[in-house]
Amino acid sequence: MSKELIRLQDLTMEFDGERILDSINLYINDHEFLTLLGPSGCGKTTTLRIIGGFLNPTSGTVTFDGETINDVPPYKRQINTVFQRYALFPHLNVFDNIAFGLRVAKLPREEVTERVNRMLEVVSLKGYGHRHINSLSGGQQQRVAIARALVNEPKVLLLDEPLGALDLRLRKDMQIELKRIQQAMGITFVYVTHDQEEALSMSDTVVVMDKGRIQQIGRPEDIYNEPKNAFVADFIGESNILDGVMLSDYKVRFFGRTFQCVDKGFAPNESVDVVIRPEDIDIVAPEEGHLVGVVTGVTFKGLNYDIIVEFKGFKWLIQTTDFHGEGSTIGIRLNPEDIHIMHKSEYSGMFGDYSSYSAEYDELTEDAEDEEE
Amino acid sequence: MKKNKSVLLSAPYILWMLAFTLIPLGVVGYYALTDPETHVFSLGNLKELGMYLPVLGQSAMYSLVSALICLLLGYPVAYYIAHRGPVAQKILYMLVMLPMCMSFLLRTLAWVGLLQDTGIINNILEAIGIGRLQLIRTPGAVILGMVYNYLPYMILPLYATLVKLDHRLIEAAEDLGCTPAKTFVKVILPLSVPGIFSGITMVFVPAVSTFYISQKLGGTDTVLIGDLIERLFKQGDNPNLGAALSLVLMLLVFICTGIMNGFGADEEGGVIV
Repeated sequence: MSKELIRLQDLTMEFDGERILDSINLYINDHEFLTLLGPSGCGKTTTLRIIGGFLNPTSGTVTFDGETINDVPPYKRQINTVFQRYALFPHLNVFDNIAFGLRVAKLPREEVTERVNRMLEVVSLKGYGHRHINSLSGGQQQRVAIARALVNEPKVLLLDEPLGALDLRLRKDMQIELKRIQQAMGITFVYVTHDQEEALSMSDTVVVMDKGRIQQIGRPEDIYNEPKNAFVADFIGESNILDGVMLSDYKVRFFGRTFQCVDKGFAPNESVDVVIRPEDIDIVAPEEGHLVGVVTGVTFKGLNYDIIVEFKGFKWLIQTTDFHGEGSTIGIRLNPEDIHIMHKSEYSGMFGDYSSYSAEYDELTEDAEDEEE
Repeated sequence: MKKNKSVLLSAPYILWMLAFTLIPLGVVGYYALTDPETHVFSLGNLKELGMYLPVLGQSAMYSLVSALICLLLGYPVAYYIAHRGPVAQKILYMLVMLPMCMSFLLRTLAWVGLLQDTGIINNILEAIGIGRLQLIRTPGAVILGMVYNYLPYMILPLYATLVKLDHRLIEAAEDLGCTPAKTFVKVILPLSVPGIFSGITMVFVPAVSTFYISQKLGGTDTVLIGDLIERLFKQGDNPNLGAALSLVLMLLVFICTGIMNGFGADEEGGVIV
């Protein structure tokens, strides 16, 4: 794409003997929109804070434009941050908040006024300059926080779950807005989120993290279509993950049946994880199916139904636009490109079984993640 | 029903206030506005107050200087405590409170022991060859006594404000290019204004009406308004004039707290929400 701007090399972070980051190696290109994605406690915010200069890594180096910046304090870095829950200055109004960085840099008064006003327009807050911070809605505060960082025209903008406190609708609007600003201003964005949809729809590059380690780096499509392990497959979208055996190139066996697939390069008879996305499964009449199962649960999701289907004691999630009632018997067909093969990993067997699935469960975990850090 | 209950619950306090605050206040008012000899209504006492204006001014001056010294000494302490771990914070907070557990009179007497002409400090100064100095019965000693006694009242509200200060605001300031010194001036100090005002009030109000400190540590020229009131009641035997002086002092305190609250309130909204 373009030249490398930031490089994290063998980054390790320990708090009280607990390893928060484990040999992180990552480079970020100029003008890139890179997202650090993972569940709470995966180390994504810690990584961001190290780039911002608020934390010093236990070991490893951070380089910026070819120079090591480990010991450079935050105020000397050409990096600005949009903080989780904004951290706007409550003693200043909207204008003064946005002007803060420019005034610290001792820019002439006219230039400050001009740049702040321009920025107010960019974030659609024209005329709000004299408003008190506390009189603004969450979405407006959010935009002030973005403006306050962007007005300094930093090389890199760090965003720590900036949309976490907003409701769904506003979040969608802001996602589009942020992407637009990023492209218009040509600034490198490093974005932290636990929301996989947000990550996939906005980013050039997604970095999936868990337990302080990078699990996979790639374009959104690659992350979704070719997850590297069961964790990534489960965290990014929904996945049915089954035990299988790779018989030879393009041939995988699971549930006592051999399927054609598009993967190769595995050892003969290597046991593997097989990922099948719920939206890829075709439902057919039982007599035409590769596999035959019984529907044990149906949830209406608006766009589709989530149905849980039991095959030989293992429950799958299937997304379908056609209604299939509980207790009905259905057949499914799997095309070769619907079957993704992964090497076994430490995450094998932990994800992808929907035996305990319920829609409620999903929401509960999401709430818990909102409480992060 | 509910209303009756709340009246019933607040009754003891209301009675207490009535018996020991409002009625005595009325008595003070009565004395202040009656003639000492004839006991009829008169503004004579208030007219006489003019001659005590210098004392009033001196009291206000001493208290203000003490409050400012308390601020300079207390702010770093409060800041330090607010930035320790939770356990250390509790211990340090207790240490600040500790002197307040001991009698105010004892604490002041202890300073007499330290400062007097044959006191511990002077003995040491003598021993190391500097010679004895006039420490006690000086304005400095009075201010020292005030600062020493009221310093906790400055530290506690400052601590309460600083501990609430969102650390991310400091990070935000650094992120936007502030050196630590600039962060202090542009963010931390403005946001601690409510604590500063409430600390100054908390020190100023008791200091302006104190009489014990100036009597024990001060000299003949450091008579404060509190001493004067005490003297008028006890020795001068003119309770009417003393009452009038008390009223004026009360007014002064009301005005001061009013001004301080006004300043604080503007900023407060920004801190709490």
